[in-house]
Amino acid sequence: MGAYAVRRLAWLPIVLLVISFFTFTIARFGPGDPVTVAAGQIRDEQIIEQIRVDRGLEGNVFEQYQRWLLNAIRGDFGESFQHRGFTVSEIIFPKIWVSAQLGMIALLIVFGVGIPLGLLAARANGTWLDPFVVGSLLFLQAIPVLVVIPPLLWLFAIKLDLLPVGGWDGLFDIWWIGGVVAIPIPDPHIYIPLIAFTLPGFAGVARLTRITALEVQQEDYIRTARSKGLPESAVALHHILPNSLLPLVTVVAFALAGIVEGAFFVETLLGIPGIGRFTFQSVVSRDYDAILATTVIFSTIFVLMNLVADLVYGIIDPRIRVGVSRT
Amino acid sequence: MTRDIDSAGDERSSVVGRSEWALVWERLRRKRLAMLSLIVIMIIYGAGLFAPILAPYSYTEQNLDRAVEGSSSDHWLGTDRLGRDLLSRAMYSARTTLIVTAAVVVSGSLIIGNALGLLSGYRGGWIDSVIMRMGDIFASLPGLPMLILINSAFSPRVTEAIRGFEEYTGITGIVSSGFPSYLIVFTALSLFFWVGTARVVRAQVLQLREREFIMAAEALGSSQWRIIFSHVLPNVSFLIVLSISSALGAIAGSEIVLSWFGVGVQPPAASFGAMLFEGSGARTFQSHPNLLLVPGVIVTLLLFSFALLGDALNDAISSR
Repeated sequence: MGAYAVRRLAWLPIVLLVISFFTFTIARFGPGDPVTVAAGQIRDEQIIEQIRVDRGLEGNVFEQYQRWLLNAIRGDFGESFQHRGFTVSEIIFPKIWVSAQLGMIALLIVFGVGIPLGLLAARANGTWLDPFVVGSLLFLQAIPVLVVIPPLLWLFAIKLDLLPVGGWDGLFDIWWIGGVVAIPIPDPHIYIPLIAFTLPGFAGVARLTRITALEVQQEDYIRTARSKGLPESAVALHHILPNSLLPLVTVVAFALAGIVEGAFFVETLLGIPGIGRFTFQSVVSRDYDAILATTVIFSTIFVLMNLVADLVYGIIDPRIRVGVSRT
Repeated sequence: MTRDIDSAGDERSSVVGRSEWALVWERLRRKRLAMLSLIVIMIIYGAGLFAPILAPYSYTEQNLDRAVEGSSSDHWLGTDRLGRDLLSRAMYSARTTLIVTAAVVVSGSLIIGNALGLLSGYRGGWIDSVIMRMGDIFASLPGLPMLILINSAFSPRVTEAIRGFEEYTGITGIVSSGFPSYLIVFTALSLFFWVGTARVVRAQVLQLREREFIMAAEALGSSQWRIIFSHVLPNVSFLIVLSISSALGAIAGSEIVLSWFGVGVQPPAASFGAMLFEGSGARTFQSHPNLLLVPGVIVTLLLFSFALLGDALNDAISSR
């Protein structure tokens, strides 16, 4: 196990190096010279050269990359071209925090709703309910987030006038009762993004739960438990459920990836100041350092999530531990 | 792959030799939902394929006197902000989806994914390591921002290069046909969609390599290419079909998303992504719901059908 973890960890820096170099080169290959953008009205050769040096943009692409990398390792991702006077790190981390809060809650909902639905479908196997549940979840997955948001906004924000049209005001509002007791209630801004984030995610979790539950139901120990005379509820709760949950560890990474992808549309369409909307704006305004930073951070999260999922899976299920590379 | 059990053509026997593909098709045909999805996909793709014949109007034909109308007898699904017929736009968008999915499946999955998977599994060693680690890297790149970045960085340069080619050779109309944006979208997508096929093929090849019939072929002195093409490839063909069927929806979805962001297929060429963009916004939806619903319903139906068909195909093949 230890050797396996070490080998996987050893790959991490190499993968990240390749990814960051790849992104760096593409970003530099793009049209428009960021130095000219930064210089604005100034046409003085000397000043432009000075900007070039300050931004670390002189020399060939390898020299530039080396300079960027040394800074990035120290957590310095350069200055944002979009937001003058701020470093990318200063802008990026609060935005990641906003997205992370929304993403974590969405992830909890996806698993909290998806697992029971999967178990339900597995129990109803052979009846109309099973294909109905799976089919409806697949349908929800098929609706693009782009299509779902405008009707949701129209219904809840305009027609019913219950929720705000967009924006962000923190996860919770505090309700003070008599100025003493504080009750946190969900902020009205989070409902529509959460619906949009979670609808496409249920299908994956529910279907995996269903498949493993169906397999587990066939196992000898379930028959043994039943033949001992255990009530059906005890069999479901203590034997089928825990054993069906194992493979779900591996889809956490996928589910999170889905939420991160969804963040681009949800945040852009709903005006949430998260990392998805920021990445979109950075691409539109060619803020290279910001694009680089977000891509590298996203990739790090993806690679780490996959690694953690694999390792946790190896701990839970020793059968796959034996150094078999899971590619 | 044909197993002619009674090649003598004994008509009394109920066991008739059929290829494995025929058996899979038989099983698939019995699933009503799968057949329905196949019909939906064929209708949408058919509309795209024959758009120049079927579409009542040109996708660029504007009529500002009749902008943002609801459905009427001349414009069945209404018109957009520039008075273009939505039905015709939708048909040409389906054409874009058809072109992009077909091109990415052929290049990304069938050619690159297949070749790298076979090579990786059959040769093993450092070739395998290099290819699979490359796959890991592509799989761990955040797809959407990378696609947006690649498209926005390369699009002007490629257009410029093709314009230069036009001037040099005297051929015209390549840039104005929108070809460069299709080329970039499909290259960028192929870059990401080979990994799935390659992994599946490699895993299967690794298992096959240990099987007796491959060893026998090797022992008999068959060349490597002969083994790959006549022994290995037929045995991975089902998996290739499966990986393609599961990728189709993702490919179609990616093109739509890229065009929505404005870095995909460029206007005036039609794309569901661009159509959805025009219809998004709560106020727009309130006053002109058809701007969003026309592309939205078609895209949802298409993606849903891909998912259902892929599932049914998976069942039909795995119960082989």
